[in-house]
Amino acid sequence: MAQVAKSSTRKSTPVRIVGKTKPVKAADLKTHESPAAVAGRHSFAPTRGTPLIEMRNISIAFGGIKAVDHASIDLFPGEVVGLLGHNGAGKSTLIKVLSGAYLRDAGQIFVDGKEITIANPRDAKAQGIETIYQTLALADNVDAAANLYLGRELKTRLGTLDDAAMESETRKVMFRLNPNFRRFKEPVSKLSGGQRQSVAIARAIHFNARILIMDEPTAALGPQETAQVGALIKQLKAEGIGIFLISHDLHDVFDLADRLVVMKNGKVVGTANTKDVTHDEVLGMIIAGKCPKGAIPGPGATRDGV
Amino acid sequence: MPRIKFSEATLSTPSPASQTPALEHESVVTKFFRATEIDARMLGMIAALLLVWAIFDVWSGIISHDDGLLGGAFLTPRNLWTLLVQTSSIAVMSTGMVLLIVMRQIDLSVGSMLSLIAVGTAVLQVYQLAPALGVGHPAIWVLGVAACLALGTLIGAFNGFLVAYAKIPAFIVTLGGLIAYSGIAFLLAKGETVAPMDQTFEVFGGGIQASWLGPFWSWILAAAACCTIAYAVVNGRRQRIRFNFPLRPVWAEAFLIAIGSFAVLGTTWVMNSYPWPQGVMEDYAKTHNLVIPAGVENRDGSAICMAGEQVVHCLNGLMHYTGFSLPALIAIGVCLGMTFIATRTSFGRYVYATGGNPEAAELAGINTKWLTVKVFALMGFLVGVSSIISSARLNAATNALGQTNELYVIAATVIGGTSLAGGVGTIYGAMIGALVMQSIVSGMSLLNLPAASQNMVVGGVLVLAVYLDQQYRRRLK
Repeated sequence: MAQVAKSSTRKSTPVRIVGKTKPVKAADLKTHESPAAVAGRHSFAPTRGTPLIEMRNISIAFGGIKAVDHASIDLFPGEVVGLLGHNGAGKSTLIKVLSGAYLRDAGQIFVDGKEITIANPRDAKAQGIETIYQTLALADNVDAAANLYLGRELKTRLGTLDDAAMESETRKVMFRLNPNFRRFKEPVSKLSGGQRQSVAIARAIHFNARILIMDEPTAALGPQETAQVGALIKQLKAEGIGIFLISHDLHDVFDLADRLVVMKNGKVVGTANTKDVTHDEVLGMIIAGKCPKGAIPGPGATRDGV
Repeated sequence: MPRIKFSEATLSTPSPASQTPALEHESVVTKFFRATEIDARMLGMIAALLLVWAIFDVWSGIISHDDGLLGGAFLTPRNLWTLLVQTSSIAVMSTGMVLLIVMRQIDLSVGSMLSLIAVGTAVLQVYQLAPALGVGHPAIWVLGVAACLALGTLIGAFNGFLVAYAKIPAFIVTLGGLIAYSGIAFLLAKGETVAPMDQTFEVFGGGIQASWLGPFWSWILAAAACCTIAYAVVNGRRQRIRFNFPLRPVWAEAFLIAIGSFAVLGTTWVMNSYPWPQGVMEDYAKTHNLVIPAGVENRDGSAICMAGEQVVHCLNGLMHYTGFSLPALIAIGVCLGMTFIATRTSFGRYVYATGGNPEAAELAGINTKWLTVKVFALMGFLVGVSSIISSARLNAATNALGQTNELYVIAATVIGGTSLAGGVGTIYGAMIGALVMQSIVSGMSLLNLPAASQNMVVGGVLVLAVYLDQQYRRRLK
């Protein structure tokens, strides 16, 4: 395994060529940007530089229902952004647009300030966007190594699958996540919920990830495993990886996220630094769409007097 | 982009050599299976096959005594040799059906496709190429074979395209194909039998002397196969040592080499014990100016002698053995090739992963639509191979050639342990499944049972096999 030095991302960010992205940016600043995105940039950009990822005015509809409606979010290197909202608020859908599972109807996606197209999961992975899905998205009938390397198998010199090498690497990465894991030869359908989760997490972090999307990563886990995932998130963050964390658990989000974005009915209610808002205020955002003082309101915030 | 590296301070270094702890109280049988890593299901299927063979041999022996292993006519070199040739066409197609069913697809059109390919290319050979190039021109068989393979791949890809991109369920697409392709075959053949095929092309059917390998080359092939088995086992062990994985005990490795070699040598010995039929031997003697020695007639003998003016069977006279036939070798080759594709290539890995969870495969970045087209095209290619074997064996093509083959192919695949729920199935399982089915069919015709009762039994066996398989899997959980 070719170990590359840490944190080259952060060092390379300032070196970004301004000229390359200028035409896109100039146009967008005038026309497409939502107030929230502009405000967001003003409040965070000076200290952080270019966002690692920026999704602007993303919309997607399924059969006339607007699952995501002009939503804009961004993420900086080494930052954890919690994405909150009810079931059906559109957070998973928005994130699936980023991971390539859904094709957006409108909007733009920027990586390092440069607009990119994500038409399928391969495009997303090529940009270093890795996802841990709520359903885990594991092929149940094959073993942990096959799942870990699905779509990017290690090959021998003859071009055949190098199962031994893949299993060896899998043993290493799984040992770090779940030292008691032994069942490398069995299909993942035979594994416990926590073990399956470990396989999904291992797959997301094993390949050059720069942006990690975690959709309910601790839903199937016990308290100890949840703590392990928390430690892992902190560690990944320290290495300059940006993380979108979707969770129902407010404690998790307050514990791990630097910033949080609340969605309701497909729209962004507001964005806030975690330390600027209280649990109750965030609950108010989730349930009533009420944007508190500490947060920057989005298009989904309820108007005053409601 | 940085590869994520864990700070080794918080997480201890891994030890990949995590030995599976050996349980103390396991029985000798479980210990054996764990040490050799032999699939118990496969062993069960082979046992079922041997049981079927034994029953037919005993049964036919009761009716009239023959020189089979158990006194009947089934376990004789002649019957087993024929069995392999008869199985080859279905076996070749069932390997493709495994991948399709594993991927949660199905192809009901393989039988009609076989008719269409066979008739289409026979028309090309007999009515176009032969008159244009002259009968026996070497280009005829080359073009004939190429046309079969190309046409098969094309029709398969067409099916796959309709399934993957037009999003019509495979059941409907191929049900349509089942009806339509046989219609086209009938039109092409104008309801006639298209014959004869090119003489060299006929070699693929296994019915003429040129398609028999002979004992010498059969033994050479067997020796090579044994060496390969030994090499594979040793190489596997070396790989495990390289990555520090748990090893099989040495006795288990030796056992695997021994049992593999035994199977290869045993099969070769049986194939090499089948003498040329009398007519072929006679023709051979004539064309090669061999003197047929004088001898005493003995109906049980396999050699030919001159008893006065007449050529008769005798014990010691002129005789040759067939060895492996070409169709059997093609089937074995396809089995090995398809096993390689299914287990050693990323294509095969994708097929299994897609069958296990189509959504996960898509999210992992696999282009499942294109994969579907490729698997259907591969199925079509294999139907092309089978159409070569079938039409060469019959030395003719009719629109009835592949009829109901789809049922046998699917039955063989399912008997071989491929689950219709997708994600599970093996190539060798389908080969054994095909052998079980053909054994029942040919065993029952050996006993002179009517075709209707053959169908009854085959249908029953299919249902029973799936029932037993499900029971086995349930107990495993």
